[in-house]
Amino acid sequence: MAIPRPDDRAPAAGPMVPQPYRVVRKSRDTADTWTLELEPVDGGRARFRPGQFNMLYAFGTGEVPISISGDPGARGPLVHTVRAVGAATAAVCQAEVGDELGVRGPFGSSWPVSSAEDRDLVIIAGGIGLAPLRPALLAALGRRERFRRLILLYGGRTPEQLLYPEDLDRWGGDGVEVGVTVDTAGDGWNGSVGVVTQLFGGAGLDPARTVAMVCGPEVMMRFAYQGLTSIGVGEADIHISIERNMKCAVTHCGRCQFGPTFACREGPVMRLDEIRPLLEVREL
Amino acid sequence: MADPQTIDQLLVEVPAFEGLDPEYLELIAGCGVNRVVEAGTYLWREGEPADDFFVVRRGRIALEVFSPARGQVVIGTHGPGELVGWSWLFPPYRWQFDGRAAETTHAIVFDGACLRGKCDADQTLGYELMQRFAARMLARLQATRLQLLDVYGHPPSG
Repeated sequence: MAIPRPDDRAPAAGPMVPQPYRVVRKSRDTADTWTLELEPVDGGRARFRPGQFNMLYAFGTGEVPISISGDPGARGPLVHTVRAVGAATAAVCQAEVGDELGVRGPFGSSWPVSSAEDRDLVIIAGGIGLAPLRPALLAALGRRERFRRLILLYGGRTPEQLLYPEDLDRWGGDGVEVGVTVDTAGDGWNGSVGVVTQLFGGAGLDPARTVAMVCGPEVMMRFAYQGLTSIGVGEADIHISIERNMKCAVTHCGRCQFGPTFACREGPVMRLDEIRPLLEVREL
Repeated sequence: MADPQTIDQLLVEVPAFEGLDPEYLELIAGCGVNRVVEAGTYLWREGEPADDFFVVRRGRIALEVFSPARGQVVIGTHGPGELVGWSWLFPPYRWQFDGRAAETTHAIVFDGACLRGKCDADQTLGYELMQRFAARMLARLQATRLQLLDVYGHPPSG
């Protein structure tokens, strides 16, 4: 049996050896979320596909799987948007420009952006879930003419916690139909308030032409794919990103086992019709 | 410029009334008038008599509640094709929340007492409308419960 390896373009050091990367830029997205741009200390960064993730290692604290949120077609630094929710993610977020982090990867499956060519690519994101979908949208924008409609439906907790507000404005001008909603807002917000599925009606989705990519908290994804299938979108045209605890990222530890699959290998991006029975098993 | 379509013609495109017999659409349309509301205008205030409900054609209506600690809080918005307002259906016919035009809004405003009267007179219409309204109230309830879960608030630590 072949030993599982990350993307075959990854550095030759092996999938379990973190490569040193240096933080070259850092920006704060929300109260608890930062975007870090990383350059390899020794050069030779691996390419990635939209939806893949890296293991980021804050030396001395811990390692966490973080999706890549940059443009897969760009040659610049590796971009990761990280929300500080625990010790390891907080340590990654505390890294300053010039500090080093360990990087392993990229790992996992990817958003099948090409499958949406000549169709409507509908990206549905909730909260930090926009970060793993950003590369898919950027990849589609890089060859905009191959897609019919590009639609982004994004739900967040509050207006202040929305990611990439400048991108949202820019994408709207670049031919992306952008719908944004939040769970709650003050009277300074004139946008939509409600759950992300509430945006489906206004988006005028064409079920037969839709290829949907969904990422967010699992409850939100469940409502989203139920909403999509209820209007006639086929399960084979719906892709979701599964989040499970990961440790090794190469299937050895079994932490992310999801029935007969591993979130780190068959996932994180999976086709709904292939995993829906598993999603209904609560013990998984 | 005058709207070239009559209200019963406009109702054909409203999901809540989709597929209704034309004679029923005409009956319902008899209780409605077109209205344009400037952005920021309050359509009703909490506690006021709920005499009507709205079908949004363009724009967006925000439901708000005032909290002493947080000020005016938007708890939901409703856009084109959506029905806004259920308080006209049941006593004491009082609005539960404030309603504000979040942007310039074109809506059909229905006289609740007028429609209740027509439903009482023709209970087949009344049953049909109640089924349609109940489906929307259920969807609204489920969406509200999802909002209450605060799914974006507290992810597992890592």
